Amino acid sequence: MTMDSDTFQNLLTSVRKYVNERLIPLEKEVAENDEVPEDIKHEMAEMGLFGLTVPEEYGGIGLTTEEEVCVSMELGRASPAFRSVFGTNVGIGSQAIVIDGTKEQKLRYLPKIASGEYVTSFALTEPEAGSDAANLQSTARLEGNEYVLNGRKRYITNAPWADVLTVMARTNPDISGHGGISSFIVERTSAGLSFGKPEKKMGQHGAHVCDVIFENCRVPAKNLIGGIEGQGFKTAMKTLDRGRLHLAGVCVGFADRALEVALGYACERKQFKKPISEFQLVQGMLAESKAEIYAGRCMTIDAAKKRDSGQVVATEAACAKMFTSEMCGRVVDRAVQIFGGSGYIADYGVERMYRDARLFRIYEGTTQIQQIVIARNMIRELLDIQ
Amino acid sequence: MKVIVAVKRVVDYNVKIRVKPDHTGVETTNVKMSMNPFDEIAVEEAIRLQESGKVEEVIAVSCGISQCQETIRTALAMGADRGILVECDVELQPLAVAKLLKAIVQNENPEIVIVGKQAIDDDSNQTGQMLAALLGWSQGTFASQIVLGEDSAKVTREVDGGLETVNLNIPAVFTTDLRLNEPRYASLPNIMKAKKKPIDILTPEQLGVDITPRLTTLRVNEPPVRQAGVMVESVTELVDKLKNEAKVI
Repeated sequence: MTMDSDTFQNLLTSVRKYVNERLIPLEKEVAENDEVPEDIKHEMAEMGLFGLTVPEEYGGIGLTTEEEVCVSMELGRASPAFRSVFGTNVGIGSQAIVIDGTKEQKLRYLPKIASGEYVTSFALTEPEAGSDAANLQSTARLEGNEYVLNGRKRYITNAPWADVLTVMARTNPDISGHGGISSFIVERTSAGLSFGKPEKKMGQHGAHVCDVIFENCRVPAKNLIGGIEGQGFKTAMKTLDRGRLHLAGVCVGFADRALEVALGYACERKQFKKPISEFQLVQGMLAESKAEIYAGRCMTIDAAKKRDSGQVVATEAACAKMFTSEMCGRVVDRAVQIFGGSGYIADYGVERMYRDARLFRIYEGTTQIQQIVIARNMIRELLDIQ
Repeated sequence: MKVIVAVKRVVDYNVKIRVKPDHTGVETTNVKMSMNPFDEIAVEEAIRLQESGKVEEVIAVSCGISQCQETIRTALAMGADRGILVECDVELQPLAVAKLLKAIVQNENPEIVIVGKQAIDDDSNQTGQMLAALLGWSQGTFASQIVLGEDSAKVTREVDGGLETVNLNIPAVFTTDLRLNEPRYASLPNIMKAKKKPIDILTPEQLGVDITPRLTTLRVNEPPVRQAGVMVESVTELVDKLKNEAKVI
């Protein structure tokens, strides 16, 4: 931990209080209007939430990974749409610059990312390159001191209002895999950049994704992240490691909330003249959920600690993201089950949690991709030893 | 102008209070503690006065055990400039706290002291009034609005019959009611900055204050458990029960 435990506890308390008193009461309204109110976005910026992972020297809070996942467990308790407001700035939208950016890039962008003046997006996915990200087709051609970008990115979180995008594009068409990919910082005002219509989604209403279209989009050569071509895919993957742990924390927090809601209901709802919490089949669902959340919490914090100590945590991060997102799905499913008929009715809010949680198993690497990462790393390690 | 705010460390308002088995008080071990909510309002008011340019310095003061520093840190994270802890580990009663605050006021020479109207643990509602009396200052208690002038203040007070507005000369003691303001959430950057702000630690002896308790607590009991209600079949039965059993109509 970089900060003393008292200070960090104060910070966690403040976040918890904000989540409980401000965000949770607004969940229904945000879902119905498909919009997080402007004053809440403003408050989040004032709170410093956009800068959680930006180093202190660039105006952020500079949380360690362990601290970050503890905070994301608190933030995760509210509807994911709220976290999405600043989630990209904390995670995938800023970390490419934090991890691999040049000094000049850090100085120019990080303070504004930390303050929330700039909202960021991470543009990797394409219509034909989702899980197979290394197969991306967008191109970046160097012309004088500018790169000219062409291509289309899909389902880009926060793109409708992003000021700055981290974009992965192919600078060397002769190298087909990840070696030909570079990453760029693209500002919204760049000529040749346009945005699609926000998509209609199953859940997480209030958070928006859309296509990002590059048509001879001109980007200054100095915006090549790290200043070196061909490093983009590696940068993206490093960014995703930390992002996966952040998301694992969110899943733990969200599952914890779902269990809290289900437990409250089970203790109140009476059938056969007693609260349904007294029935062992219901207790079974509550207990399994509790144990799984605990496992997810421990796993996530352990992986975060390992990352902070300098270890490569690609496997652990994938394990944590896979386990917690699947676990969250199971817990929310049980919550709906415990609510019974009411669980299917919108007024109770549990069906919204069910829809919201579904995305966790898909974005920032599907469960199946995490499985491939975990298995490949295991096999590679064994072969290295032999 | 300088403002002192008093902040008390109390059992968090979300915690279900439990009486100790020996009935000497309430359980505080392993219980979440926070700043008294009325004191949060006091800190917020002081910071707003500072932000409006009428006040130069806000000092947060707490009296009690060493952990009260956490409460002071919270005030510093909200925006207070520095803190003072009067450290002691005996039970402090309102008169003792008022005397300690008086001694600090005499050292620091503030023009205004803002305290919560009461603390949510013992609900005494005495410290602010006693302090004003000891100092010979004006007092504006249960404030729901404070308009600060050059050397006077207009305070709207929440009294039983409605609202009362009084004009006070400064220096003065204000005590805060719930509707005075809505305290801010300590922002994360300010929480980080707060760890660098100074907290002075004093003792009652250094301040020359006798804090011996004047009151003796005989026994602390939980409120009686509410009896289960009964369902009545008709309005007639209800009226009958209210008349003859409960004897309320």
